[in-house]
Amino acid sequence: MAAVRATKQDIYHGGDAAIVETQTTITGAEALIKSLQAEGVDVVFGYPGGAVLNIYDALHQSSLRHILTRHEQAAAHAADAYARVTGKPGVCIATSGPGATNLVTGLATAYMDSVPVVAITGQVASFLIGKDAFQEADITGITMPITKHNYLVKDAKDLPGIIKEAFYVASTGRPGPVLIDIPRDVAVGELSYKHPESVELSTYKPTYVGHIKQITSAVAAIDEASKPLLYVGGGAVAAGAHAEILELAEKADIPVTMTLMGLGAFPGEHQLSLGMLGMHGTAYANYSVNHCDLLIAVGARFDDRVTGDIQSFAPHARVIHIDIDPAEIGKNIHVDIPIVGDACNVLKEIVAKVAPKQHTHWVTKIKKWKQEHPLHYEIEESNCQAAGTSQRVHPQAVIDALYELTKGDAVVATDVGQHQMWAAHYYRFAQTRRFVTSGGLGTMGFGLPAAVGAQIGKPDATVLCIAGDGSIQMNIQELATVVQEKLPVKVFILNNQWLGMVRQWQELFFEKRYSHTSLESGPDFVKLAEAYGVKGMRIKNPSEMMAVLEAALAHPGPVVVDCWVKQDENVYPMVPAGKGLSEMLGLEGK
Amino acid sequence: MHHVLSVLVENRSGVLSRVAGLFSRRGYSIDSIAVGPTEDPAVSRMVIVVQADEDGLEQITKQLHKLIDVLKIHDITGEARVERELALIKVQADAANRGDILQIVDIFRAKIVDVAEKSLIIEITGDTDKVDALIELLRTFGIQELVRTGRIAMVRGRRVEAAR
Ligand SMILES: Cc1ncc(C[n+]2csc(CCOP(=O)(O)OP(=O)(O)O)c2C)c(N)n1
Repeated sequence: MAAVRATKQDIYHGGDAAIVETQTTITGAEALIKSLQAEGVDVVFGYPGGAVLNIYDALHQSSLRHILTRHEQAAAHAADAYARVTGKPGVCIATSGPGATNLVTGLATAYMDSVPVVAITGQVASFLIGKDAFQEADITGITMPITKHNYLVKDAKDLPGIIKEAFYVASTGRPGPVLIDIPRDVAVGELSYKHPESVELSTYKPTYVGHIKQITSAVAAIDEASKPLLYVGGGAVAAGAHAEILELAEKADIPVTMTLMGLGAFPGEHQLSLGMLGMHGTAYANYSVNHCDLLIAVGARFDDRVTGDIQSFAPHARVIHIDIDPAEIGKNIHVDIPIVGDACNVLKEIVAKVAPKQHTHWVTKIKKWKQEHPLHYEIEESNCQAAGTSQRVHPQAVIDALYELTKGDAVVATDVGQHQMWAAHYYRFAQTRRFVTSGGLGTMGFGLPAAVGAQIGKPDATVLCIAGDGSIQMNIQELATVVQEKLPVKVFILNNQWLGMVRQWQELFFEKRYSHTSLESGPDFVKLAEAYGVKGMRIKNPSEMMAVLEAALAHPGPVVVDCWVKQDENVYPMVPAGKGLSEMLGLEGK
Repeated sequence: MHHVLSVLVENRSGVLSRVAGLFSRRGYSIDSIAVGPTEDPAVSRMVIVVQADEDGLEQITKQLHKLIDVLKIHDITGEARVERELALIKVQADAANRGDILQIVDIFRAKIVDVAEKSLIIEITGDTDKVDALIELLRTFGIQELVRTGRIAMVRGRRVEAAR
C-alpha cells in the first residue's frame, strides 16, 4: 500500500495540485475501463488473478461485457478471432506471471497474421518489479518479438494516453497485437481522467497512398502483360480491398489466386478464382504461378509455405508488390514494381487507369489445367489399408457438405492440420472475414476459442469450428465458455485418430515410421461434449453423414460432431518442403 | 561488408533491448553498439556497426523503422565522417620492458593512465584500425585486460539530422 500513498502524494504535491483538488480523481483501473469504452470496445475476453483484481473490480462496476474463457490462451485467440471477423481490435486481459505467459501463443498467432489485438496484463507492483516477486514475469520483455509494440505503464496518469496510443498502433498501418502491462499500484493509483482526442506519434506514420510513379508503372505492366496473375494475401482482407480486386480482375481479365490468409478476398466460385496457391495449393494455381508473366502481389508476403523453393518461384514473371509494410518489399523475393500503401487505395487508382482487356489464351490454358487437375478426393477402394476404413467418410466430403448446407455463408474457424487445408480447399469462401485460421504460426488449439470470439463478434452468423482430434484437445476446455455464454457454435471434429498432418509427412518423407502420431486412445468426444453440457453427435459412415450434419446445423445450441473420417487420407496436392511449386505430389493420374 | 548505422531513438526504458533484440531475431549480429544521450535529453543516439550485404542492410533498416521508438536511421558508411573508438588496455609491464611500451604508446599518441608495479593501463582513442594495431603490438607484452567502447561516429560538416 505504500506505493499507493506515494502515488497520491505525487499528485498532490506535483505541479497540478490545484487541478487535482478541484477535479474528481478515479483509479487507474477505472481509467482503463473508461478508456476501453472510449475506444469503442464492447467486449473483452479474460481471466482474473491477483494482479488484476482491481481491474476486475472496476469491470464489475461497469457495463463492459467480459467473457470468461477457461484459459488465457483462449482469451487471446478469442480476441484475435473477434478482430478477424469484425475488423475491430479485440481485447484480452490476463493476470501477471502465468496469466500473462499463457497469452504468449495467442499473441504470437495474432502477430504472425497481423491481427489487431490489445492485451492487458496485470503486473506486480512497481516497487516489486525485478525482485522475483510472486507471479512476476517480464512480459514486456517476453513479448517484444511477438507484438507490434508494448508498454509497461509506470504512472496511473499515463494510462489514458497509452491506451489511446495502443489502439492506434494496433489497428493502423500493418495491424498487430499490442500489450499493455499494468503494475498493481498503477491500477490503484489515482488520476484525473481525460480521454485524449488524438495520438501524437512522430515516430510512426504508415504510408497509405501509393506513389503515383509506381502506380503508373504498375498500370503499364498490367496493360502489357499477356499472362497476368493476382496473388492476394491477408493484407487485402485487412485493407478491405476485395471490391477493388474483383473490379481489377474482371476489368483486365486477370485470374486470382489467394494465400490461406487471403481466402475470401475474391469469391471462391468466380471463374477467375484459382483458389489457394503454395504447398497445398491447387495444381492450377501453382501452374499459373509458374507460367505467368506478371505477378501482382496484394498484401501478401511470399511466405515459404506459398513460394516453396524461392529460386524457382514465378520464374517468368515481373513482380508488382503492393503492401503497407515497406519491410515486406524485397524481403523474400526481388520486386520489379514495389508500391507501399494501403491496398484499397492503391488498387482503386490502378483499376481506374488500367485498360479493359481479355486474356483469352491465358484463361483458356488455366481452364484446361482446372479440368485436368481439379481438387478431388475419390480414392480407390484398394488404397484403404486399415480394415474398415472404407466405412468411414471422406473428411473432404464433410467440408463439401457443410459448404452446401450453409450455402457458403458461415464463419469457419479451424485448428491446424489436414482438416484446416481441407476447409481451405472445399469451403469456397465468397467473402472476407469468414475464414478464421492460424496461418503464419499454425497454432493447434486455435479453432475452438476462435469460434467463441467469432460468435461473440458476429452473434447472428452460423459459426463452424472445423477441428482435428489432436488440435481440439489443446483448448477443449472452451466448451465451458461456449455453454456459459450460450454460443451456438457447431464443432466438427474430423477425427482420424492421428495427428494427421504429421502422419502424412511421416508416410511420405519418413518411410511410414509413425513416430508418436497415433491418437487411438480417444477420448469419446460425444461423452466429453455431454459432460460439458453440449450436444454430442457422431458420424460413423457415409450413409448417416448428411442427416447428422443437417441435424447439427438445425440444433439451436452448441453441438460437437465427432466425424469418423478416413484415417489414411492425405492432403493433395502437396509440394514437398523446399521444392518448387511445379513439383506437386498427388495429382490426378500421377 | 560492415555498415555504420546512426540511429536516433526515443530515450525510453527498453529501447536498447528492442533494437538489439531485433537484430538477433532477424539473424544479424551486431559488431558493436554505442549508446548515449544526444543534445536533446529525450533522444538517444545508437551507433551500430553491423555486418550485412546490401539486401540485409535494407531489411534491417526497414525493420528498425517499424519499431515505434525509433526516430531516424542513417547509414553513414559511405559518408565522410569522424569515427572514434576508445580502448583501455592493461598490459604486463616491469622495469625491463616499460621503456619499450612507452615508446609504442608514444608513437600511437596513446596515454598511460595508470601505473602499477607489474602493469600499465593504456588509453587509446582513434579509429578502429588504429586501436587494433596498437592492441596487436601490445600483445607481445601480454594483455591482461581489454575494454573497448565500440565505435561512435559523426558525419563531417553539415548537420546530418535533427531528432525531430
Ligand atoms: C501447438 C502446435 N503443436 C504442434 C504442431 C505441429 N502440428 C501441425 S499439424 C499437427 C497435427 C494436427 O493433428 P489434428 O489436430 O488431429 O489434425 P489433422 O491433421 O489430423 O487433421 C501437428 C502436431 C502445431 N502446428 N501446433
